[in-house]
Amino acid sequence: METQQLTLGYQRQVIIDALDLQLPAGKISVLIGSNGCGKSTLLKSLARLLKPQQGSVILNGMDIQRRSTAAVARELAILPQTPSAPEGITVRQLVALGRYPYQSWMQQWSADDEAMVERALRQTGVQDLVDRPVDDLSGGQRQRVWIAMTLAQDTDIVLLDEPTTYLDLAHQIEVLDLLRDLNRQEGKTIVMVLHDLNLACRYADHMVAVHQRTAFAQGRPADILTEALVKQVFDLNCRIIADPFFGTPLCIPFGRELPQ
Amino acid sequence: MHKSLTLRSGGFSRRIDLATLWRLLVALVLTLLVMLGALSLGKVNLSPLKVLELLWHGGDDQLVFIVEQLRLPRLVLAALVGAALSISGLILQSIIRNPLASPDLLGITSGASAAAVIYLSFFSMLFGSQFLPLAAMLGAGLAALAIYLLAWQRGASPLRLVLIGVGVSALLMAVTTFTLVFSPLTTTLSAYVWLTGSVYGANWSEPRALAGCLLIIMPLLVLLARQVRVQQLDDALAQGIGVQVQWLRAALLLVSAALAGAAVAWGGAIAFVGLIAPHIAKRLVAPGFAGQAVMAALVGANVVMLADLIGRTLFLPLDLPAGIFVAVLGTPYFLYLLINQPH
Repeated sequence: METQQLTLGYQRQVIIDALDLQLPAGKISVLIGSNGCGKSTLLKSLARLLKPQQGSVILNGMDIQRRSTAAVARELAILPQTPSAPEGITVRQLVALGRYPYQSWMQQWSADDEAMVERALRQTGVQDLVDRPVDDLSGGQRQRVWIAMTLAQDTDIVLLDEPTTYLDLAHQIEVLDLLRDLNRQEGKTIVMVLHDLNLACRYADHMVAVHQRTAFAQGRPADILTEALVKQVFDLNCRIIADPFFGTPLCIPFGRELPQ
Repeated sequence: MHKSLTLRSGGFSRRIDLATLWRLLVALVLTLLVMLGALSLGKVNLSPLKVLELLWHGGDDQLVFIVEQLRLPRLVLAALVGAALSISGLILQSIIRNPLASPDLLGITSGASAAAVIYLSFFSMLFGSQFLPLAAMLGAGLAALAIYLLAWQRGASPLRLVLIGVGVSALLMAVTTFTLVFSPLTTTLSAYVWLTGSVYGANWSEPRALAGCLLIIMPLLVLLARQVRVQQLDDALAQGIGVQVQWLRAALLLVSAALAGAAVAWGGAIAFVGLIAPHIAKRLVAPGFAGQAVMAALVGANVVMLADLIGRTLFLPLDLPAGIFVAVLGTPYFLYLLINQPH
């Protein structure tokens, strides 16, 4: 998946300007950047939720705008930030909605549908919750159910906008481990927006720093995450050391008070 | 816990929730009992067995006339009006993603009302009242169209539809009141009865015409059934799973407006059915549009049938419009819903 001279915006305001971006297949890519820099807008356009002003998003060699909504939904799933579930819907029913792009008026619960939904429920470990209403679940459980819905969609690519928002640290790690397992075991391409730089560095194979309407830097976290980049992209002073356990970059921020 | 039945054959597959199916059967039986009760009661009270005998084998001409020509068409009209309004409300509550949405609140009923009152005041002398349903339907359609177009801003978002709907509704109610003030006294009374909603004096031509309309709308609804639930997702999510959100939202809004328009065209502006019947249905059966729609239709039919039964039996010799009693039954339940809203 890649973008060519992609320009995004609302009315006259340009948010992303002539961006060329390559997102490696079968890898985990993480978009980082300050609030309002256009990460979410970029992710939306990758999923065809937003029409580019200029340029294009290329998915498997074809311009994504020239394909039907359903065809795109069979190749790419997106989980927006803080999604909301229909009132009273149960876990199984919500996950089953992920099968929509494969269904028609005639075919609404095929053997494939059933198998993929069961598999998604098992992979995300929510099979014991199937008959519970989604509204009753805790934040961590709910996020796993949403991920199960995108898995039921059976796509090669999964896009996630801040999948760890509002989760405590333990559940953040749980969700990121789940995504990494899916990437390693099934070869799914994962593209997500994350705010926590240290977790982003640990889980990302490929990292894109979005700044000033374009990709300020892209590459392996160890190669691109430098003190200079953090200063420029986030306007934040920090020190970067190697994580003592994982070896990935570890960013220790400091505000006005300088360390001795 | 949730037992379901899976039907698969060739290119066809469906999953049916057994609890829903069972509850629908119970509701259907109850509806038939209510119908039998409503046919039995009135100025002349008959035993239910006698009514069945009259329906199957005939008998005393006068009694057959009472049951088959006076009570039955009125009952069928009440049932159809209630069913159509409830399904319309259920669709609106899904596409607007707001449990308070209903044809009354969104300007569809007020469009029909304004058109009906204008027709009664200025045109009924010229053309008689046979074109009243047509005027009401036209009003409902124009109101829905206006709301949709005004709400459009790179797509019509549910929130904009609600806000604009409420605004248009207020404007049309002002038009209705204004027209009533300036209309001749003779038509004001019939306009008021229409605005309250009544199936008084229905003969077979009315339920037949409404049934005809519903038969045209129904195939569209059946075709779109699986699209209703996915409309309840956020736009981004729905589009992400491959739903053509805007196009289908417009189509469902059209179906909903057509159902409500047809219902009020022959039943008058009966308020609240489109709001409360879907709510009751949602409490009775699990989420899933097909099951909830059938349940909503049955509940709505029962509400209007019972309201009309109360209106024509409790205050004899008066025959009061059904709409009054829908409001009497509906308002307390509506308040109860608001007070018990979990969020």
